[in-house]
Amino acid sequence: MSPQVLSTPGAIQARHLSRRFGSKTVLDQLDLDVAPGQFVALLGESGSGKTTLLRALAGLDQDAAAAGKLALTGNVSVLFQDARLLPWLSVLENLTLGLEAAAARPAALQLLQEVGLAEQSQAWPATLSGGQKQRAALARSLLRTPHILLADEPFGALDALTRLRMQGLLRRMVERTRPTVILVTHDVDEALLLADRILVLEQGRIAQDHAVTLSHPRRADDPGFAALRQVLLQRLGVESLA
Amino acid sequence: MSAHARLDPPADDLPLAAPAAASSSVAPSPSLMPARLPPRALLLGPALLLAIWEAASRLGWLSPETLTAPSQALLTGLQMLRDGSLLPHLLASAARAYSGLFIGLATGVVLALLSGLTRSGEALIDGLVQVKRAIPTLALIPLAILWLGIGEAMKIFLIATAVFVPIYINTHAALRGIDIGHVELARTLHLSRATFLRKVALPGALPGFFTGLRLAVSLCWTALVVLELINTQTGIGYLMNRARDWGQTDVIVVGILIYAVLGLLSDLVVRAIEARVLRYRRTA
Repeated sequence: MSPQVLSTPGAIQARHLSRRFGSKTVLDQLDLDVAPGQFVALLGESGSGKTTLLRALAGLDQDAAAAGKLALTGNVSVLFQDARLLPWLSVLENLTLGLEAAAARPAALQLLQEVGLAEQSQAWPATLSGGQKQRAALARSLLRTPHILLADEPFGALDALTRLRMQGLLRRMVERTRPTVILVTHDVDEALLLADRILVLEQGRIAQDHAVTLSHPRRADDPGFAALRQVLLQRLGVESLA
Repeated sequence: MSAHARLDPPADDLPLAAPAAASSSVAPSPSLMPARLPPRALLLGPALLLAIWEAASRLGWLSPETLTAPSQALLTGLQMLRDGSLLPHLLASAARAYSGLFIGLATGVVLALLSGLTRSGEALIDGLVQVKRAIPTLALIPLAILWLGIGEAMKIFLIATAVFVPIYINTHAALRGIDIGHVELARTLHLSRATFLRKVALPGALPGFFTGLRLAVSLCWTALVVLELINTQTGIGYLMNRARDWGQTDVIVVGILIYAVLGLLSDLVVRAIEARVLRYRRTA
């Protein structure tokens, strides 16, 4: 990646990222370049290093970052698998946490409206459903107008129907401001529905790098969809179900 | 009915419950845990004890010199309340207990914050508190008397030293046991240290603080009982001590009942405050 790209907000460049837990190597001299505005899905079997890579990018794993070189440009927001709302703050207070509350309030209410939580702005997080919590967490991330959105299996704990709705919502919200997105997922269909580029992690390295050129909105019965799905599933060690 | 080898259920419950179960085609799964009791049911044990105690007194099995009947204690209590001989002692006891509680509370919270939020604070404070915890409060009485005399200061000091320990231990543990996910969130949101403390660390430690507070509130009354047996002219403990000399078991029982009621009331108040402050936990 040229130095010029790295000066644009939203770029990610990683070189020789390594991380070991005890004797197990989770990230192995990993290199990664992501251009601003790209929607990248990170697939891999469990234990392949997806979450470790994302945590390194988010600055939550100093050891991994220290082992190599890592550069992210612009604002970074993180979307966790558990929504991580603070239970003692209202939904609105959770959104504006760390911001100038009065100044951020109009934008926060607007975002809550867009994710369908206008009614719940004053509710305690404990009263929300799993999907509602994750929508609030998405709104909290987007309120910071991130150039890079790092999402660690954000829909992994949701039921299948809620997950479909959340995928649509994420895609719509992301299309407006076009941040760079790194979405860690174990769901091949989710990756195919949302991403412009799919990376498959194996043993701490990027084993495959697929561009997904299908136009949005995508459907699972698009012709290109099934073919790529088959390739990815095989790569992930799942035999054909047909 | 005879099929059920149960001893305890009230007889009028069974004719309704048993046929319904028998006619059901689905075998009821055995309940592994007893069903939750309504709060009022917890009064059954104390009520039964009172009834037996009263009956034993009336039947002459318990002489008034050994233990007065609860009804007699109640009458004595009302009498003392009416002639004004109870209230000054009650107020004196409450003043001691709550002064000690307040000082111990403030000390415990300040030490827990210093120790829970700074490394040097923990290095300096935590070991000391653990040592203090191992020493029974009563063992400090001789020293406290030498330092502070036998007056109010000594009593309040000892209550405070007893009370600050559970406050400190639980608040400190809650601060140290902060949800690592919340810390990560704070880092990704780039919270300042002040905002982190105010919005994340301190609210997260509140449940632990309340656990400590509830222990402390009952402890301050417990410590009071012992301390009021030492050189006082006021207080519930003094009344009881004097009643022992004069063989008035009814006054002793009044004292015991007052301690029980005050302890329970204090706990209820703390629980109500806790429910209000931690209302975000309710899911409906």
